Amino acid sequence: MVELFFGYLAGAVVVLSLLVVFSRNAVHSVLWMLLMFLHMAGLYLLLNAEFLAATQVIVYAGAILVLFLFVIMLLNITEEMRLEQFTVGWPMGVSVSLGVLIAMLAALSGFRTDLKGPWSIEAVERTTHTKALGKVLYTEYMLPFEIASLVLLVAIVGAVYLAKKRLR
Amino acid sequence: MMKLFELLIQPGSFDILLDILVVVLKIAVVIAVVMLHVAYATYFERKVIGHMQVRMGPREVGPHGLLQPVADMLKLFFKEDIIPARADKPVFYLAPVISLMAALSSLAVIPFFDGFVIADINIGLLFILAVSSLGSYGIVLSGWASNSKYSFLGGLRSMAQVISYEVAMGLSLVGVMIMAGSLNLTEIVRAQASYPAGMFAVPQVLGFFVFIVAAIAETNRAPFDLPEAESELVAGYFVEYSGMRFALFYAAEYIGMIVMGALAVTCFLGGWTVPGFVTAVLPFLEHVPGVVWFIGKLYFIIFFYYWIRATLPRYRYDQLMNIGWKILIPLALVNILITGIAKVIL
Repeated sequence: MVELFFGYLAGAVVVLSLLVVFSRNAVHSVLWMLLMFLHMAGLYLLLNAEFLAATQVIVYAGAILVLFLFVIMLLNITEEMRLEQFTVGWPMGVSVSLGVLIAMLAALSGFRTDLKGPWSIEAVERTTHTKALGKVLYTEYMLPFEIASLVLLVAIVGAVYLAKKRLR
Repeated sequence: MMKLFELLIQPGSFDILLDILVVVLKIAVVIAVVMLHVAYATYFERKVIGHMQVRMGPREVGPHGLLQPVADMLKLFFKEDIIPARADKPVFYLAPVISLMAALSSLAVIPFFDGFVIADINIGLLFILAVSSLGSYGIVLSGWASNSKYSFLGGLRSMAQVISYEVAMGLSLVGVMIMAGSLNLTEIVRAQASYPAGMFAVPQVLGFFVFIVAAIAETNRAPFDLPEAESELVAGYFVEYSGMRFALFYAAEYIGMIVMGALAVTCFLGGWTVPGFVTAVLPFLEHVPGVVWFIGKLYFIIFFYYWIRATLPRYRYDQLMNIGWKILIPLALVNILITGIAKVIL
Protein backbone atom coordinates (compact mmCIF):
# COMPACT_ATOMS: atom_id res chain seq x y z
CA MET A 1 0.00 0.00 0.00
CA VAL A 2 2.84 2.37 0.95
CA GLU A 3 4.60 1.56 -2.31
CA LEU A 4 1.44 2.42 -4.20
CA PHE A 5 1.20 5.84 -2.56
CA PHE A 6 4.89 6.50 -2.98
CA GLY A 7 4.74 5.53 -6.65
CA TYR A 8 1.83 7.88 -7.27
CA LEU A 9 3.39 10.82 -5.37
CA ALA A 10 6.86 10.40 -6.85
CA GLY A 11 5.50 9.97 -10.38
CA ALA A 12 3.25 12.99 -9.98
CA VAL A 13 6.17 15.11 -8.72
CA VAL A 14 8.21 14.19 -11.81
CA VAL A 15 5.35 14.83 -14.26
CA LEU A 16 4.35 18.10 -12.59
CA SER A 17 7.95 19.35 -12.54
CA LEU A 18 8.13 18.74 -16.29
CA LEU A 19 4.85 20.61 -16.74
CA VAL A 20 6.29 23.55 -14.75
CA VAL A 21 9.22 23.76 -17.13
CA PHE A 22 7.36 23.17 -20.41
CA SER A 23 4.29 25.29 -19.76
CA ARG A 24 4.31 28.39 -22.01
CA ASN A 25 2.18 30.47 -19.67
CA ALA A 26 4.09 31.58 -16.56
CA VAL A 27 0.97 31.66 -14.38
CA HIS A 28 0.14 28.09 -15.39
CA SER A 29 3.73 27.14 -14.49
CA VAL A 30 3.20 28.52 -11.00
CA LEU A 31 -0.03 26.53 -10.67
CA TRP A 32 1.67 23.28 -11.69
CA MET A 33 4.37 24.10 -9.16
CA LEU A 34 1.69 24.56 -6.50
CA LEU A 35 0.38 21.07 -7.25
CA MET A 36 3.94 19.74 -7.13
CA PHE A 37 4.53 21.27 -3.69
CA LEU A 38 1.34 19.66 -2.42
CA HIS A 39 2.53 16.26 -3.68
CA MET A 40 5.88 16.82 -1.96
CA ALA A 41 3.98 17.50 1.25
CA GLY A 42 2.32 14.12 0.63
CA LEU A 43 5.77 12.52 0.41
CA TYR A 44 6.68 14.04 3.80
CA LEU A 45 3.45 12.64 5.26
CA LEU A 46 4.46 9.21 3.97
CA LEU A 47 7.69 9.57 5.99
CA ASN A 48 5.72 10.33 9.21
CA ALA A 49 6.91 13.95 9.02
CA GLU A 50 3.57 15.71 9.44
CA PHE A 51 5.11 18.94 10.78
CA LEU A 52 7.35 19.22 7.70
CA ALA A 53 4.37 18.54 5.44
CA ALA A 54 2.35 21.35 7.01
CA THR A 55 5.25 23.82 6.92
CA GLN A 56 5.93 22.86 3.32
CA VAL A 57 2.39 23.93 2.42
CA ILE A 58 2.39 27.04 4.64
CA VAL A 59 5.81 28.36 3.59
CA TYR A 60 6.20 27.25 -0.02
CA ALA A 61 2.64 27.02 -1.30
CA GLY A 62 1.15 29.68 0.95
CA ALA A 63 3.83 32.36 0.95
CA ILE A 64 6.70 31.94 -1.52
CA LEU A 65 4.60 30.81 -4.48
CA VAL A 66 2.11 33.62 -3.86
CA LEU A 67 5.02 36.07 -4.12
CA PHE A 68 6.01 34.38 -7.42
CA LEU A 69 2.48 34.94 -8.68
CA PHE A 70 2.63 38.55 -7.53
CA VAL A 71 5.74 39.26 -9.57
CA ILE A 72 4.59 37.33 -12.64
CA MET A 73 1.21 39.07 -12.70
CA LEU A 74 2.72 42.53 -12.36
CA LEU A 75 5.17 41.94 -15.20
CA ASN A 76 3.66 42.09 -18.63
CA ILE A 77 4.91 38.85 -20.11
CA THR A 78 2.64 38.42 -23.12
CA GLU A 79 5.61 39.31 -25.38
CA GLU A 80 7.85 36.58 -24.02
CA MET A 81 5.13 33.99 -24.48
CA ARG A 82 5.51 34.32 -28.25
CA LEU A 83 9.28 33.76 -28.21
CA GLU A 84 10.45 30.33 -29.23
CA GLN A 85 13.23 30.16 -26.69
CA PHE A 86 13.57 31.91 -23.36
CA THR A 87 17.33 31.52 -22.89
CA VAL A 88 20.31 31.18 -25.22
CA GLY A 89 22.79 29.26 -23.07
CA TRP A 90 20.90 25.96 -23.14
CA PRO A 91 23.81 23.63 -24.17
CA MET A 92 25.59 24.70 -20.99
CA GLY A 93 22.47 24.09 -18.91
CA VAL A 94 21.87 20.65 -20.40
CA SER A 95 25.45 19.54 -19.81
CA VAL A 96 25.44 20.75 -16.19
CA SER A 97 22.15 19.01 -15.40
CA LEU A 98 23.30 15.82 -17.14
CA GLY A 99 26.48 15.94 -15.02
CA VAL A 100 24.42 16.30 -11.84
CA LEU A 101 22.18 13.42 -12.93
CA ILE A 102 25.21 11.16 -13.52
CA ALA A 103 26.67 12.13 -10.14
CA MET A 104 23.35 11.32 -8.44
CA LEU A 105 23.07 7.95 -10.20
CA ALA A 106 26.66 7.15 -9.22
CA ALA A 107 25.90 8.01 -5.59
CA LEU A 108 22.92 5.66 -5.66
CA SER A 109 25.14 2.58 -5.23
CA GLY A 110 26.21 3.89 -1.81
CA PHE A 111 22.59 3.98 -0.64
CA ARG A 112 22.15 1.97 2.59
CA THR A 113 19.02 1.16 4.55
CA ASP A 114 20.60 -0.76 7.43
CA LEU A 115 21.76 2.31 9.40
CA LYS A 116 19.68 2.98 12.50
CA GLY A 117 19.64 6.19 14.56
CA PRO A 118 17.85 6.90 17.84
CA TRP A 119 14.79 8.25 15.98
CA SER A 120 13.07 5.17 14.62
CA ILE A 121 9.51 5.39 13.28
CA GLU A 122 8.14 4.15 16.62
CA ALA A 123 10.16 6.74 18.58
CA VAL A 124 8.93 9.57 16.34
CA GLU A 125 5.33 8.36 16.60
CA ARG A 126 5.59 8.15 20.40
CA THR A 127 6.93 11.69 20.91
CA THR A 128 4.99 13.13 17.91
CA HIS A 129 6.96 14.49 15.00
CA THR A 130 6.71 18.17 15.99
CA LYS A 131 8.26 17.57 19.40
CA ALA A 132 10.96 15.26 18.03
CA LEU A 133 11.96 17.75 15.34
CA GLY A 134 12.05 20.62 17.85
CA LYS A 135 14.21 18.68 20.27
CA VAL A 136 16.76 17.66 17.65
CA LEU A 137 16.81 21.09 15.98
CA TYR A 138 17.30 23.10 19.17
CA THR A 139 19.82 20.81 20.89
CA GLU A 140 21.89 18.74 18.49
CA TYR A 141 21.72 21.05 15.46
CA MET A 142 21.58 24.41 17.23
CA LEU A 143 24.60 25.87 15.40
CA PRO A 144 23.50 25.03 11.83
CA PHE A 145 20.03 26.30 12.72
CA GLU A 146 21.42 29.64 13.91
CA ILE A 147 23.65 29.92 10.84
CA ALA A 148 20.62 29.38 8.61
CA SER A 149 18.72 32.13 10.43
CA LEU A 150 21.73 34.45 10.02
CA VAL A 151 21.69 33.81 6.26
CA LEU A 152 18.01 34.78 6.17
CA LEU A 153 18.75 37.91 8.22
CA VAL A 154 21.40 38.93 5.66
CA ALA A 155 18.82 38.51 2.90
CA ILE A 156 16.35 40.72 4.81
CA VAL A 157 18.99 43.42 5.37
CA GLY A 158 19.82 43.33 1.65
CA ALA A 159 16.17 43.69 0.68
CA VAL A 160 15.67 46.62 3.06
CA TYR A 161 18.81 48.31 1.69
CA LEU A 162 17.63 47.94 -1.90
CA ALA A 163 14.18 49.26 -1.03
CA LYS A 164 15.49 52.26 0.88
CA LYS A 165 18.18 53.20 -1.67
CA ARG A 166 15.71 54.99 -3.91
CA LEU A 167 14.31 57.09 -1.06
CA ARG A 168 17.64 58.74 -0.18
CA MET B 1 -4.61 -4.31 -9.10
CA MET B 2 -4.45 -7.93 -7.88
CA LYS B 3 -2.55 -6.79 -4.81
CA LEU B 4 -5.17 -4.18 -4.03
CA PHE B 5 -7.88 -6.83 -4.29
CA GLU B 6 -5.96 -9.14 -1.94
CA LEU B 7 -5.69 -6.25 0.51
CA LEU B 8 -9.44 -5.79 0.40
CA ILE B 9 -10.29 -9.42 1.23
CA GLN B 10 -7.87 -9.59 4.19
CA PRO B 11 -9.57 -10.11 7.58
CA GLY B 12 -8.77 -6.63 8.98
CA SER B 13 -9.94 -4.77 5.90
CA PHE B 14 -13.63 -4.88 6.87
CA ASP B 15 -12.81 -2.65 9.87
CA ILE B 16 -11.00 -0.22 7.58
CA LEU B 17 -14.01 -0.04 5.27
CA LEU B 18 -16.25 0.59 8.29
CA ASP B 19 -13.91 3.38 9.44
CA ILE B 20 -14.05 4.96 5.99
CA LEU B 21 -17.85 4.73 6.01
CA VAL B 22 -18.00 6.47 9.41
CA VAL B 23 -15.69 9.24 8.17
CA VAL B 24 -17.78 9.73 5.01
CA LEU B 25 -20.94 9.98 7.12
CA LYS B 26 -19.27 12.53 9.42
CA ILE B 27 -18.19 14.59 6.39
CA ALA B 28 -21.75 14.51 5.00
CA VAL B 29 -23.22 15.65 8.33
CA VAL B 30 -20.67 18.46 8.80
CA ILE B 31 -21.03 19.77 5.23
CA ALA B 32 -24.84 19.66 5.37
CA VAL B 33 -24.96 21.51 8.71
CA VAL B 34 -22.35 24.07 7.67
CA MET B 35 -24.03 24.76 4.30
CA LEU B 36 -27.34 25.36 6.08
CA HIS B 37 -25.51 27.74 8.42
CA VAL B 38 -23.99 29.54 5.43
CA ALA B 39 -27.45 30.05 3.89
CA TYR B 40 -28.88 31.47 7.10
CA ALA B 41 -25.71 33.43 7.98
CA THR B 42 -26.51 35.64 4.97
CA TYR B 43 -30.09 36.13 6.24
CA PHE B 44 -28.87 36.77 9.80
CA GLU B 45 -26.31 39.29 8.53
CA ARG B 46 -28.91 41.26 6.57
CA LYS B 47 -31.30 41.25 9.53
CA VAL B 48 -28.64 42.27 12.09
CA ILE B 49 -27.19 45.03 9.95
CA GLY B 50 -30.69 46.16 8.99
CA HIS B 51 -31.74 46.56 12.60
CA MET B 52 -28.46 48.29 13.49
CA GLN B 53 -29.21 50.81 10.73
CA VAL B 54 -32.87 51.13 11.88
CA ARG B 55 -34.24 49.16 8.90
CA MET B 56 -36.20 45.91 8.92
CA GLY B 57 -33.97 43.80 6.65
CA PRO B 58 -35.52 41.16 4.31
CA ARG B 59 -39.26 40.69 4.97
CA GLU B 60 -40.90 39.73 1.70
CA VAL B 61 -40.22 35.99 1.22
CA GLY B 62 -41.92 33.90 3.90
CA PRO B 63 -42.70 35.00 7.47
CA HIS B 64 -40.16 37.66 8.54
CA GLY B 65 -38.30 36.92 5.29
CA LEU B 66 -37.22 33.51 6.61
CA LEU B 67 -37.24 31.93 3.14
CA GLN B 68 -35.02 34.66 1.66
CA PRO B 69 -31.88 32.39 1.48
CA VAL B 70 -33.90 29.78 -0.45
CA ALA B 71 -35.07 32.42 -2.91
CA ASP B 72 -31.51 33.73 -3.30
CA MET B 73 -30.20 30.23 -3.93
CA LEU B 74 -32.83 29.48 -6.58
CA LYS B 75 -32.11 32.77 -8.30
CA LEU B 76 -28.34 32.10 -8.37
CA PHE B 77 -28.90 28.59 -9.73
CA PHE B 78 -30.87 29.81 -12.73
CA LYS B 79 -28.71 32.82 -13.61
CA GLU B 80 -26.77 32.69 -16.85
CA ASP B 81 -23.12 31.70 -16.41
CA ILE B 82 -21.17 34.43 -18.20
CA ILE B 83 -17.49 33.99 -19.05
CA PRO B 84 -15.64 37.12 -20.20
CA ALA B 85 -13.98 37.14 -23.62
CA ARG B 86 -10.20 36.40 -23.50
CA ALA B 87 -10.49 35.03 -19.98
CA ASP B 88 -8.16 32.17 -19.10
CA LYS B 89 -10.96 29.58 -19.07
CA PRO B 90 -9.45 26.65 -17.10
CA VAL B 91 -8.16 28.98 -14.38
CA PHE B 92 -11.42 30.96 -14.41
CA TYR B 93 -13.37 27.72 -13.81
CA LEU B 94 -10.90 26.51 -11.19
CA ALA B 95 -10.64 29.63 -9.01
CA PRO B 96 -14.00 29.47 -7.16
CA VAL B 97 -13.53 25.73 -6.63
CA ILE B 98 -10.13 26.33 -4.98
CA SER B 99 -11.69 28.94 -2.71
CA LEU B 100 -14.51 26.66 -1.63
CA MET B 101 -12.25 23.60 -1.27
CA ALA B 102 -9.81 25.45 0.97
CA ALA B 103 -12.62 26.75 3.17
CA LEU B 104 -14.37 23.38 3.45
CA SER B 105 -11.30 21.23 4.14
CA SER B 106 -10.42 23.32 7.22
CA LEU B 107 -13.59 21.92 8.79
CA ALA B 108 -12.00 18.45 8.86
CA VAL B 109 -9.88 19.10 11.96
CA ILE B 110 -12.29 21.19 14.05
CA PRO B 111 -13.63 19.38 17.13
CA PHE B 112 -17.31 20.35 17.33
CA PHE B 113 -17.84 18.52 20.60
CA ASP B 114 -15.99 15.95 22.68
CA GLY B 115 -15.00 13.12 20.36
CA PHE B 116 -16.61 14.49 17.20
CA VAL B 117 -13.90 15.50 14.78
CA ILE B 118 -13.51 14.17 11.23
CA ALA B 119 -9.70 13.88 11.37
CA ASP B 120 -8.07 14.00 14.80
CA ILE B 121 -4.53 14.81 13.65
CA ASN B 122 -1.52 15.95 15.68
CA ILE B 123 -0.98 19.12 13.67
CA GLY B 124 -4.58 20.33 13.47
CA LEU B 125 -3.71 23.96 14.04
CA LEU B 126 -0.97 23.96 11.38
CA PHE B 127 -3.33 22.18 8.98
CA ILE B 128 -5.86 25.00 9.25
CA LEU B 129 -3.15 27.62 8.70
CA ALA B 130 -1.85 25.71 5.67
CA VAL B 131 -5.25 25.20 4.06
CA SER B 132 -6.44 28.74 4.70
CA SER B 133 -3.26 30.05 3.07
CA LEU B 134 -4.25 28.05 -0.03
CA GLY B 135 -7.61 29.82 -0.09
CA SER B 136 -5.97 33.03 -1.25
CA TYR B 137 -5.11 31.31 -4.54
CA GLY B 138 -8.78 31.22 -5.46
CA ILE B 139 -9.05 34.98 -5.02
CA VAL B 140 -5.79 35.82 -6.77
CA LEU B 141 -6.45 33.52 -9.72
CA SER B 142 -10.01 34.72 -10.19
CA GLY B 143 -8.63 38.27 -10.33
CA TRP B 144 -6.04 37.33 -12.92
CA ALA B 145 -8.12 34.95 -15.05
CA SER B 146 -11.08 37.34 -15.47
CA ASN B 147 -8.96 39.60 -17.70
CA SER B 148 -10.46 42.69 -16.08
CA LYS B 149 -8.73 45.62 -14.37
CA TYR B 150 -11.14 45.76 -11.42
CA SER B 151 -10.84 42.11 -10.54
CA PHE B 152 -7.08 42.18 -11.10
CA LEU B 153 -6.66 45.02 -8.62
CA GLY B 154 -8.93 43.23 -6.17
CA GLY B 155 -6.85 40.07 -6.52
CA LEU B 156 -3.56 41.89 -5.95
CA ARG B 157 -4.90 43.68 -2.87
CA SER B 158 -6.22 40.47 -1.44
CA MET B 159 -2.89 38.71 -1.97
CA ALA B 160 -0.89 41.40 -0.15
CA GLN B 161 -3.47 41.54 2.63
CA VAL B 162 -3.64 37.80 3.19
CA ILE B 163 0.15 37.39 3.24
CA SER B 164 0.54 40.24 5.76
CA TYR B 165 -2.18 39.10 8.13
CA GLU B 166 -1.31 35.42 7.90
CA VAL B 167 1.96 36.18 9.70
CA ALA B 168 0.14 38.00 12.52
CA MET B 169 -2.43 35.21 12.80
CA GLY B 170 0.17 32.45 12.95
CA LEU B 171 2.14 34.35 15.59
CA SER B 172 -0.97 35.07 17.68
CA LEU B 173 -1.66 31.32 17.87
CA VAL B 174 1.88 30.53 19.09
CA GLY B 175 0.91 31.65 22.61
CA VAL B 176 -1.92 29.11 22.57
CA MET B 177 0.47 26.40 21.36
CA ILE B 178 2.90 27.22 24.20
CA MET B 179 0.18 27.14 26.86
CA ALA B 180 -1.46 23.95 25.59
CA GLY B 181 1.80 22.21 24.65
CA SER B 182 0.13 20.67 21.61
CA LEU B 183 -1.04 21.43 18.08
CA ASN B 184 -3.98 19.04 18.29
CA LEU B 185 -7.17 21.09 18.57
CA THR B 186 -8.90 18.55 20.84
CA GLU B 187 -5.94 18.66 23.24
CA ILE B 188 -5.94 22.47 23.12
CA VAL B 189 -9.59 22.48 24.24
CA ARG B 190 -8.83 19.96 27.01
CA ALA B 191 -5.80 22.01 28.16
CA GLN B 192 -7.99 25.08 28.67
CA ALA B 193 -10.15 23.28 31.25
CA SER B 194 -7.11 22.94 33.55
CA TYR B 195 -6.58 26.71 33.74
CA PRO B 196 -8.57 28.72 36.32
CA ALA B 197 -10.34 30.91 33.75
CA GLY B 198 -11.39 27.85 31.71
CA MET B 199 -10.45 29.57 28.44
CA PHE B 200 -7.26 30.96 26.89
CA ALA B 201 -8.95 34.25 26.03
CA VAL B 202 -8.14 35.52 29.55
CA PRO B 203 -4.39 34.74 29.86
CA GLN B 204 -3.91 35.18 26.09
CA VAL B 205 -5.88 38.41 25.82
CA LEU B 206 -3.25 40.00 23.54
CA GLY B 207 -3.14 36.94 21.31
CA PHE B 208 -6.94 36.83 21.21
CA PHE B 209 -7.13 40.46 20.11
CA VAL B 210 -4.52 39.96 17.37
CA PHE B 211 -6.23 36.76 16.23
CA ILE B 212 -9.68 38.34 15.95
CA VAL B 213 -8.38 41.32 13.93
CA ALA B 214 -6.28 39.08 11.68
CA ALA B 215 -9.21 36.69 11.19
CA ILE B 216 -11.41 39.54 9.95
CA ALA B 217 -8.68 40.57 7.50
CA GLU B 218 -8.09 36.95 6.37
CA THR B 219 -11.74 36.49 5.49
CA ASN B 220 -11.80 39.85 3.62
CA ARG B 221 -14.58 41.19 5.82
CA ALA B 222 -15.32 44.84 6.63
CA PRO B 223 -13.48 46.97 7.75
CA PHE B 224 -10.70 45.13 5.85
CA ASP B 225 -12.77 44.34 2.73
CA LEU B 226 -10.49 46.28 0.36
CA PRO B 227 -10.29 43.39 -2.15
CA GLU B 228 -14.01 43.89 -2.85
CA ALA B 229 -14.35 47.60 -2.09
CA GLU B 230 -17.59 48.40 -3.94
CA SER B 231 -17.03 52.14 -4.22
CA GLU B 232 -13.71 51.83 -6.07
CA LEU B 233 -13.47 48.30 -7.50
CA VAL B 234 -17.18 47.56 -8.24
CA ALA B 235 -16.94 44.18 -6.52
CA GLY B 236 -13.23 43.38 -6.67
CA TYR B 237 -11.94 39.96 -7.63
CA PHE B 238 -15.30 38.32 -8.44
CA VAL B 239 -16.76 41.16 -10.50
CA GLU B 240 -16.81 39.00 -13.67
CA TYR B 241 -18.41 35.98 -12.02
CA SER B 242 -22.12 35.29 -12.23
CA GLY B 243 -24.65 32.67 -11.25
CA MET B 244 -23.36 29.50 -9.62
CA ARG B 245 -19.68 30.47 -9.70
CA PHE B 246 -20.44 33.69 -7.86
CA ALA B 247 -22.39 31.64 -5.32
CA LEU B 248 -19.32 29.45 -4.76
CA PHE B 249 -17.22 32.50 -3.85
CA TYR B 250 -19.98 33.76 -1.61
CA ALA B 251 -20.26 30.40 0.15
CA ALA B 252 -16.46 30.23 0.52
CA GLU B 253 -16.42 33.63 2.24
CA TYR B 254 -19.05 32.59 4.76
CA ILE B 255 -17.50 29.18 5.38
CA GLY B 256 -14.20 31.01 5.95
CA MET B 257 -15.95 33.13 8.56
CA ILE B 258 -17.36 30.03 10.24
CA VAL B 259 -13.94 28.31 10.21
CA MET B 260 -12.20 31.35 11.71
CA GLY B 261 -14.98 31.65 14.30
CA ALA B 262 -14.68 27.96 15.15
CA LEU B 263 -10.90 28.32 15.45
CA ALA B 264 -11.35 31.26 17.83
CA VAL B 265 -13.81 29.18 19.87
CA THR B 266 -11.53 26.13 20.08
CA CYS B 267 -8.28 28.02 20.70
CA PHE B 268 -9.41 30.90 22.90
CA LEU B 269 -12.95 30.36 24.20
CA GLY B 270 -12.69 26.78 25.48
CA GLY B 271 -14.45 24.95 22.64
CA TRP B 272 -17.27 22.70 23.83
CA THR B 273 -16.41 23.12 27.55
CA VAL B 274 -17.90 25.47 30.14
CA PRO B 275 -15.52 27.31 32.50
CA GLY B 276 -15.28 25.63 35.93
CA PHE B 277 -16.37 28.72 37.87
CA VAL B 278 -19.63 28.87 35.94
CA THR B 279 -20.62 25.28 36.70
CA ALA B 280 -19.65 25.83 40.36
CA VAL B 281 -22.36 28.49 40.64
CA LEU B 282 -24.92 26.92 38.29
CA PRO B 283 -24.33 23.14 38.48
CA PHE B 284 -27.26 22.24 36.16
CA LEU B 285 -25.31 23.73 33.20
CA GLU B 286 -23.07 20.63 33.22
CA HIS B 287 -25.92 18.67 31.60
CA VAL B 288 -26.07 20.95 28.56
CA PRO B 289 -24.44 19.04 25.65
CA GLY B 290 -21.06 20.36 24.47
CA VAL B 291 -22.21 21.07 20.93
CA VAL B 292 -24.67 23.66 22.27
CA TRP B 293 -21.85 25.57 23.96
CA PHE B 294 -19.72 25.33 20.84
CA ILE B 295 -22.46 26.64 18.56
CA GLY B 296 -23.47 29.35 21.03
CA LYS B 297 -19.90 30.68 21.20
CA LEU B 298 -19.61 30.42 17.41
CA TYR B 299 -22.83 32.42 16.90
CA PHE B 300 -21.49 35.10 19.22
CA ILE B 301 -18.27 35.41 17.20
CA ILE B 302 -20.23 35.59 13.93
CA PHE B 303 -22.54 38.23 15.43
CA PHE B 304 -19.37 40.10 16.42
CA TYR B 305 -18.25 40.06 12.77
CA TYR B 306 -21.57 41.68 11.72
CA TRP B 307 -21.40 44.15 14.58
CA ILE B 308 -17.94 45.31 13.45
CA ARG B 309 -19.11 45.55 9.85
CA ALA B 310 -22.04 47.76 10.85
CA THR B 311 -19.86 49.94 13.10
CA LEU B 312 -16.53 50.64 11.40
CA PRO B 313 -15.85 52.30 8.04
CA ARG B 314 -13.42 50.68 5.61
CA TYR B 315 -9.71 51.32 6.19
CA ARG B 316 -7.47 52.91 3.58
CA TYR B 317 -4.91 50.58 2.01
CA ASP B 318 -1.84 52.11 3.73
CA GLN B 319 -3.69 52.05 7.06
CA LEU B 320 -4.38 48.36 6.52
CA MET B 321 -0.69 47.62 5.93
CA ASN B 322 0.36 49.76 8.92
CA ILE B 323 -2.04 47.96 11.25
CA GLY B 324 -0.80 44.59 10.04
CA TRP B 325 2.93 45.12 10.10
CA LYS B 326 3.46 47.85 12.72
CA ILE B 327 0.82 47.00 15.32
CA LEU B 328 -0.41 43.40 15.08
CA ILE B 329 2.89 41.60 14.39
CA PRO B 330 4.85 43.41 17.19
CA LEU B 331 1.92 42.82 19.57
CA ALA B 332 1.88 39.12 18.69
CA LEU B 333 5.67 38.90 19.24
CA VAL B 334 5.34 40.60 22.65
CA ASN B 335 2.60 38.11 23.49
CA ILE B 336 4.89 35.18 22.60
CA LEU B 337 7.67 36.66 24.75
CA ILE B 338 5.40 37.15 27.78
CA THR B 339 3.85 33.68 27.40
CA GLY B 340 7.28 32.07 27.03
CA ILE B 341 8.68 33.79 30.14
CA ALA B 342 5.55 32.94 32.14
CA LYS B 343 5.77 29.31 31.02
CA VAL B 344 9.42 29.07 32.14
CA ILE B 345 8.85 30.77 35.51
CA LEU B 346 5.58 29.09 36.52
